[in-house]
Amino acid sequence: MHQFAIEPLFGSNNWSIAGHNIAFTNSALWMALTVGLLMLFVSGGLKRQLVPGRWQMAVETFTGFVDSMLATSVGPNGKKYVPYVFSLFMFILFANYIGLMPLGIVGLHPFTLTSHFTATGVLSIMAFSIVLIVGFARHGLHFFALFVPHGTPLVMIPLIFVVELISFLVRPFSLGLRLFVAMMAGHVLLEVLSSFVISGGNGGALTFAAAAVPSFALMIVISALELLVAGIQAYVFALLTCVYLNDAENLH
Amino acid sequence: MDIEAAKVLGAGFAAIGCGLAAIGVGSVFGNFLAGALRNPGAADGQQGRLFIGFAAAELLGLLSFVVAMILIFVVK
Repeated sequence: MHQFAIEPLFGSNNWSIAGHNIAFTNSALWMALTVGLLMLFVSGGLKRQLVPGRWQMAVETFTGFVDSMLATSVGPNGKKYVPYVFSLFMFILFANYIGLMPLGIVGLHPFTLTSHFTATGVLSIMAFSIVLIVGFARHGLHFFALFVPHGTPLVMIPLIFVVELISFLVRPFSLGLRLFVAMMAGHVLLEVLSSFVISGGNGGALTFAAAAVPSFALMIVISALELLVAGIQAYVFALLTCVYLNDAENLH
Repeated sequence: MDIEAAKVLGAGFAAIGCGLAAIGVGSVFGNFLAGALRNPGAADGQQGRLFIGFAAAELLGLLSFVVAMILIFVVK
């Protein structure tokens, strides 16, 4: 499908690192746009007024939200992760919403960078590496106690260790996969429904009334659902990152 | 059976998983609501756990979507 295609915009001939081409793609363009919008949004709230205006209030709501999320799931040790989780949450949130914007009306083709496993996979690998680095730096080899919950009977330890290890190693995969599939499934659903509208409208009066109009009504409802899913998936990604950081900080 | 037909059938069967995950997600939110209406004061503190449960239930449905996509686009 065309909306998921990654195309090089420029630099496809001569830009390369170690033999790999690093052309500036449309995915990179929308990532840069997302970061630019995010910086614009946050810089509007950095006035530090005693009585905040609307914009500052909006930014402070988000930072307070991330702050309380870390405080409830990690505890007082989680304070130092607020910048990382805030950037992660806001980047995913902005990327999801920019991909849903009806920019096709003005001729732009919006690209949802979170509908690609390459983008979400890197984000989840970053979260996973932070968990590993923090865990081994704070607890040393005692970090492996994460795989043996308290009160496990001695005979069960080899089995529980393997099960916990697998569930730990699967985390970066499931974290990235969830976001990418949720965003891709929503866009595929909207595309399928819009194809019903177009071919139903071309098919004559009967198919227009029986297929195109109900599909269009469903599209409106699904778009509202997608707005909800875009927010929830960004929240879930940030929340699960907090839960994994809690494992690294506090070892269960 | 023709391999092409088997692929499409398999993708269709994978859609059953999406429906089962819908039951799971509904159960998560329904039980949360049932508990929240009994004790509304404690409900806000449990939202994080609600979304962790939602994410775990939803992931398995999304995996079945991935299986369908792999069957259609990847399997030759």
